[in-house]
Amino acid sequence: MISHLETAEHPEKLRRVAIEPISRVEGHGKVTLLLDEDDHVRQARLHIVEFRGFEKFIQGRPYWEVPVMVQRLCGICPVSHHLAAAKALDQVVGATHLTPTAEKLRRLMHYGQILQSHALHFFHLSSPDLLFGFGSDVARRNIVGVAAAYPEIARQGILLRKFGQEVIRVTAGKRVHGTSAVPGGVNKNLDKDERDILLKDVYQMIGWSRDAVHLARRLFEQNLEEYNAFGRFAAHNLSLVRADGAMDLYHGGLRARDKDGKTLFDHVEYSHYWDYIFEDVKAWSYMKFPFFRSLGPEDGWYRVGPLTRVTQCDFIDTPLADHERRDFIAFDNGRATGATLAYHWARMIEMLHAAEMIKELLHDDDLLGSDLLVQGERQERGVGMIEAPRGTLIHHYRVDENDLVVRANLIVSTTHNNQAMNEAIRRVAEQYLDGRQLTEGLLNHIEVAVRAFDPCLSCATHALGKMPLELELVDAEGTRIDALSRAA
Amino acid sequence: MSETHTFRLDGDEVPFAEGQTVIQAALSAGRYIPHLCYHPEFKPHGSCKVCTVKADGRAAASCTLPARAGMAVESDTEEMNDLRRTLVQMLFAEGNHFCPSCEKSGNCMLQALGYDLGVMTAGFRHFFPDRPVDASHPDLLLDFNRCILCELCVRASCEVDEKCVFALSGRGLDKHLVVNAVSGRLADTDVALGDKAVEVCPVGVILKKRVGFAQPIGARRYDARPISAQALDDAPRPGNHRSGCGACEEGAK
Repeated sequence: MISHLETAEHPEKLRRVAIEPISRVEGHGKVTLLLDEDDHVRQARLHIVEFRGFEKFIQGRPYWEVPVMVQRLCGICPVSHHLAAAKALDQVVGATHLTPTAEKLRRLMHYGQILQSHALHFFHLSSPDLLFGFGSDVARRNIVGVAAAYPEIARQGILLRKFGQEVIRVTAGKRVHGTSAVPGGVNKNLDKDERDILLKDVYQMIGWSRDAVHLARRLFEQNLEEYNAFGRFAAHNLSLVRADGAMDLYHGGLRARDKDGKTLFDHVEYSHYWDYIFEDVKAWSYMKFPFFRSLGPEDGWYRVGPLTRVTQCDFIDTPLADHERRDFIAFDNGRATGATLAYHWARMIEMLHAAEMIKELLHDDDLLGSDLLVQGERQERGVGMIEAPRGTLIHHYRVDENDLVVRANLIVSTTHNNQAMNEAIRRVAEQYLDGRQLTEGLLNHIEVAVRAFDPCLSCATHALGKMPLELELVDAEGTRIDALSRAA
Repeated sequence: MSETHTFRLDGDEVPFAEGQTVIQAALSAGRYIPHLCYHPEFKPHGSCKVCTVKADGRAAASCTLPARAGMAVESDTEEMNDLRRTLVQMLFAEGNHFCPSCEKSGNCMLQALGYDLGVMTAGFRHFFPDRPVDASHPDLLLDFNRCILCELCVRASCEVDEKCVFALSGRGLDKHLVVNAVSGRLADTDVALGDKAVEVCPVGVILKKRVGFAQPIGARRYDARPISAQALDDAPRPGNHRSGCGACEEGAK
């Protein structure tokens, strides 16, 4: 843990550099660095600067409105919020088991979401750093630059994302912000025409996803020492796994392992997650800091997301993805499984798994069924958990006797990764920035570390490429002595 | 049978029967005039003013204006549609109409009219009124945030259901929907599922509980066709064999 960089002892005498907003991530965030007179980093923090207030303003709303309302948290992975809320409200309406059609339609929607979000992150947002270099010419370090230098890679990335969005469209009703998951099931099935449209392209998507895994691996191999060391830190891990230990991104029990791989808890039924996870608050951030109760706030923080899921599951039950998982685990004597930049590699393995699962589901006639809804004995409380593209996502609601939500608690993936991302930027600050004259290229290393987690900093909707980068160098008296800026 | 006369609507002859209003005659003839508070099963109300036309140069609500032989009516003109757009914008600004999470989305007349008239922004500063919902009734929910004061529920509850559950209270900006109970709570009225007042709400105020979003996107009333086409199907006129309002019949299912 690099906690000595969380809070400097005498910040009043230090120079402040802000990376604000961080670009090529979802949502608004900033990184602040405090430097001493010799340019040594004394403090590094990742801040989340927006306050959304969803937990408050869904209070007093009818529960059936919630899955549609809360997905507006995000324009990239609304399906994750839609499904996590629906899963929580399944419990409220007493739907302990969904019909096969409902469960499979939701799963298909979720895999479409994983595929499109992972493709967006890897190709559109991160590949410019990985293909051109972290400190490369900023003018071409973007998706347009990738399209010019590597047109086939850019094309495949764009079409993979488009396919994922099509899966969402036919299952949710719209590419973004659909309505099909309702408490107790779904409001539509899949018709044959919709299925056939997807079947036509799914094999190509599996092929391209496998190519993407190999690309991520190749990039890692080519820069082995740097990638292994970049922003590296030891962390505990948390993810859902299926009862047989397989990766399951839609449903499962909680598995937590410590930084040495020792099991902390396993196959925990998540409806009482608060017995295991608690949230800490720090004065300098709007985002909370979750931790394992058994280890306390100082040492109990953990990491979630693709790297955790791929390394914590016992196997993946689709053949191509499992083959890649085994290669990944075995690579370089397992060293990559703890590397921050290996998030990208793991992410592509998950994308391949999602493409394979989509193919499998499309051949399942249950999706064409008409039995869509169940309900049972009404409950006061519901917890829904899902593995969203960025990691474990928790939705928790309490509903009164008049059907109105009276309490909500959402712990989103990026919140779980809050401390982990802070650790990563502090490590990178030490590795690359300490004692050096800051340049745009050097500061981008910080952003590369943040991007590895694919954070959704406020779970907010943003237009790609619209976020400028502004850097200010301010002396101890607060006078601006230097500035760098980058247009969108 | 009464004698048939004609008036001119945007230059075209439109026949009408004695006693018909301009909007009744227009819809019967397959000509759409935008409207919100007009409903074919109820007496004209003339409150929303969206159906305002120019008749012989003078503005009048076409739902209350009796058709007159030889009258020249202007409706689908830039001037009238601009005025209608402004009226709809004012309704959006006055309430809390959050279409993205509203279960009436796709079935809502106000939303559909906004789309059809090309309303791109609210145009006015939002009032953001504080209007808690009334969820006291076991089967029905009242979301006052979306009320456009059309009084269709008021009329339906009195004239069809014979219960007079709803009324408007206050004046001007303070005008609001109330229910007929000392407590002011819907649970203390005799409103029930299946009441005409429940089916007739053109926006998302009177809602059946626990069935929101049951209709998938694509199957909703205004997903496939704009309100200007759908309203003609709903209007009782020769050829469509419909005796009442199509929206109500669908809502009652």
